[in-house]
Amino acid sequence: MILDDLDGVDRRLINRLQDGLPLVTRPYAAVAEELGIAEGDLLYRLERLREGGLLSRFGPMYHAERLGGGLTLAALAVPEADFDRVSDAVNAFPEVAHNYRREHALNMWFVLATETPEAIDAAIAGIEAATGLRVFNMPKEEEFHVRLHLPV
Amino acid sequence: MSVSTCPSRSALNRDEQHRDAQGLDAADRAIVLATQAGLPLVPDPWGAVGREVGMSGAEVLERMQAMQARGVVRRVAAVPNHYRLGYVANGMTVWDVDDAHVARLGREVAAIEGVSHCYRRPRHLPHWPYNLFAMLHGRSREEVERQAAVLCERLGEACRDHRILYSSRILKKTGLRLAGSRPGAAWTEPERRG
Repeated sequence: MILDDLDGVDRRLINRLQDGLPLVTRPYAAVAEELGIAEGDLLYRLERLREGGLLSRFGPMYHAERLGGGLTLAALAVPEADFDRVSDAVNAFPEVAHNYRREHALNMWFVLATETPEAIDAAIAGIEAATGLRVFNMPKEEEFHVRLHLPV
Repeated sequence: MSVSTCPSRSALNRDEQHRDAQGLDAADRAIVLATQAGLPLVPDPWGAVGREVGMSGAEVLERMQAMQARGVVRRVAAVPNHYRLGYVANGMTVWDVDDAHVARLGREVAAIEGVSHCYRRPRHLPHWPYNLFAMLHGRSREEVERQAAVLCERLGEACRDHRILYSSRILKKTGLRLAGSRPGAAWTEPERRG
């Protein structure tokens, strides 16, 4: 499924559901009514968008720290010749939730998520031991905004 | 998943209910575990979750509302796949902003259209002078650069330097998952990769 497969209703549905489902007894029926479609049509479309990969996920977005976990962003400056080895070594840690290559001297950026806030330090020490590289730890000190909205 | 194999089931003993530091009790955690892969796409999703964790749909809904009110649940929403929706340019913009003004300016930058995440983070001098991070998403790098120019203007003289770090490859993306064996349990990998 690709972007061109979407009709106007799919697009309105994607835009509407990025803002959040109302927490009411029949939430899909409530959104369907807003959009002027049947509940069954909405559920069918939503499933198709999810299965087709245009949506990564549909569900509650939990706040990691408020669930008691540890969370941080960290970076490495990886020598180009060693990039694949280091990438495999970092990705092998289950605490690594996301890992991106980025264009900078600090060229590997990953999110660590742990059971407790205290476990972050151990994960960082483990990654430093496995890669032989210094981990630049950049935990958030203040959150100003978290709201991904991509209109289609 | 059959109810008997649901690992959260044993934690769900109402007689031993106690809340942890985040104000979540075992029943809340059972709901988190049952929904972290997604909310069921059926007319009564709360009832479907309730059948999995052994409570009524009304109680699931009530607890979801309470968790959202406390900010444990940010919202129940569709998470788009950036690339598939045409947002192929994803820039992490980083700014070296005067510490005296970063809290105020962070709030202002966060309100600008196109910014999805905005945080203050520590510098690592001399390697990394940037203390304000804002994620931008565009259909092209030009679009991201136009957004960044708006941020630059808003930050004004308080901003000494900035960069846009584009992601050039996803090396891993598993999302955050809470493992199921006990309250306060571990973050781990999901079964499905996105």
